[in-house]
Amino acid sequence: MIEAAGLTKDYGRKRAVDGLSFTVQPGVVTGFLGPNGSGKSTTMRLILGLDAPTSGDVLVNGKHYRDHAAPLHEVGALLEARSVHTGRSAYNHLLALAQTHGLPRRRVDELVDLVGLHDVARKRAGQFSLGMGQRLGIAAALLGDPHTIMLDEPVNGLDPEGIQWIRHLLKELAGQGRAVFVSSHLMSEMALTADHLIVIGRGKLIADASVEELVRQASGDVVRVRSPRAAELRDRVADAGVTVVSLAPGLLEVQGLTAEQIGETAAANGIALHELTPQRVSLEQAFMEMTRDDVEFRTGELTGSEAA
Amino acid sequence: MSAVTDAVAVPPLPAHGRVTQARVVRSEWTKLFSLRSTRWSLLVAVLLTIGLPLLFAAVTSSHWGGMSPHERADRHPLDIALAGVNLSQLAIGVLGVLVITGEYSTGMIRASLTAVPKRLPVLWAKVGVFAFVTFALMLPSVFIAFFASQAILSKHDILQISIAHGGVARAVVGGAVYLMLLGVFTLALGAIVRNTAGGIAVFAAIFFVIPPLLDILPSSWNDAISPYIPDSAGRSIFSLTHGAHSLAPGPGLALFAGYCALALVLAAIVLVRRDA
Repeated sequence: MIEAAGLTKDYGRKRAVDGLSFTVQPGVVTGFLGPNGSGKSTTMRLILGLDAPTSGDVLVNGKHYRDHAAPLHEVGALLEARSVHTGRSAYNHLLALAQTHGLPRRRVDELVDLVGLHDVARKRAGQFSLGMGQRLGIAAALLGDPHTIMLDEPVNGLDPEGIQWIRHLLKELAGQGRAVFVSSHLMSEMALTADHLIVIGRGKLIADASVEELVRQASGDVVRVRSPRAAELRDRVADAGVTVVSLAPGLLEVQGLTAEQIGETAAANGIALHELTPQRVSLEQAFMEMTRDDVEFRTGELTGSEAA
Repeated sequence: MSAVTDAVAVPPLPAHGRVTQARVVRSEWTKLFSLRSTRWSLLVAVLLTIGLPLLFAAVTSSHWGGMSPHERADRHPLDIALAGVNLSQLAIGVLGVLVITGEYSTGMIRASLTAVPKRLPVLWAKVGVFAFVTFALMLPSVFIAFFASQAILSKHDILQISIAHGGVARAVVGGAVYLMLLGVFTLALGAIVRNTAGGIAVFAAIFFVIPPLLDILPSSWNDAISPYIPDSAGRSIFSLTHGAHSLAPGPGLALFAGYCALALVLAAIVLVRRDA
């Protein structure tokens, strides 16, 4: 479990993390989502005590990370930036970390096998591909059988099979009752793995809700209706708090009523419906909507004259 | 790697350990010897410490007949025996810097400080392991250099010196002590600077650039300053004799150890205070 309260970090005059408060609960996968440069990695560094917060506080399993007698049993972390000496073999890297906690060599072998690095464990980490490096980082994170797992962009550089493997792993870990905290800048990835989402932009909290809730909020109860008597239906459903947009002849978008309510109204008036579909925006769209104003590096838009 | 897709269950860990200073030492030992650069640097240091005196002894012995009395007077058997220290200090000094800056340049420091978030145990373990390894390798090396160079010079009675002679054993051991402390000093420099190139530059400036520059100063200034700079203080540890403008071995050792302690304190403050 991770509890952040008013977490703030300034680098010089730039505020990287701005008053973040959130809780990462055990037993679920919590996605940590934000555009690039929004402060996700900084937040993770603050959680691990690698950087000291300018103000605010963050506790891991009830204590500051630094104060745990056996930190690798509390949190297993994979940071986005590589944290491996390029001249050392994967095996020796894990062994050196294991030895700080008095863990046996057998433990290193187990994790090397778990992440599928058995054949290359004696090779220098500098020769590893991005995907192999990620697997090594995940092995390091799981070394201490931690209560809380924190992974920064874990699917970066993994092949489709590796991505599949990570998704399995995260769900498995959460299923065992561990707190799993995973960052990503890809909503589509989070949609597949996360149960709960913490969304940030420019270091500030934008949303802290379940995946379901976020989609519902962003969708705004829009229902698409197709009917040969669309104009008539439009008059029937018109009411305070209901917005109807006519997209094309015979096609409406109704906001403010559920599909059931519209269907009942149509039936009561003998109006035939050819389509009645609740419109759900994808999580991706919801995310874009939420973070629109908080993107650090916005893509320049081509104006008509420039494009021509 | 296809088999791993199914085998995602993390094997449980029956017993939980905790971080202790002794365990961090064990970890740093593994780290030190699992890098090729360390093994090479240490091998080079041993070869230079032993090899250079052998070379000098052989050259001196073969040219002795043709040397002027003045040249002969310049040859001291202990200087020959410890000639290698002057060169191996380069290998030890650079390796000392690398032991810590290598972690910063590769990002390993983040893994190290995540495993040991109290941080200082990592510094003490690095210093302890590196000092121990350097001393354990350099002590036999300087003794081998001494006895081997003496054996090569055995034809020349005037170049024979007994290890039992006053101060000789102390100077030979001093060579190894100097290299050990130098390693501690440069490791601390590396921890302060956090950058390989920067750390090596500061090391070179302190030990190779500043000492000759002092000769430009008026001699009264030079005499007042130069005995106390790290390079001279360190050298007096393995000198047999000392002049009016250099420190005796004891004070030299104390001063050089003091520089090391000062550098270590700064390194500790920087390590704890600054973001990693």
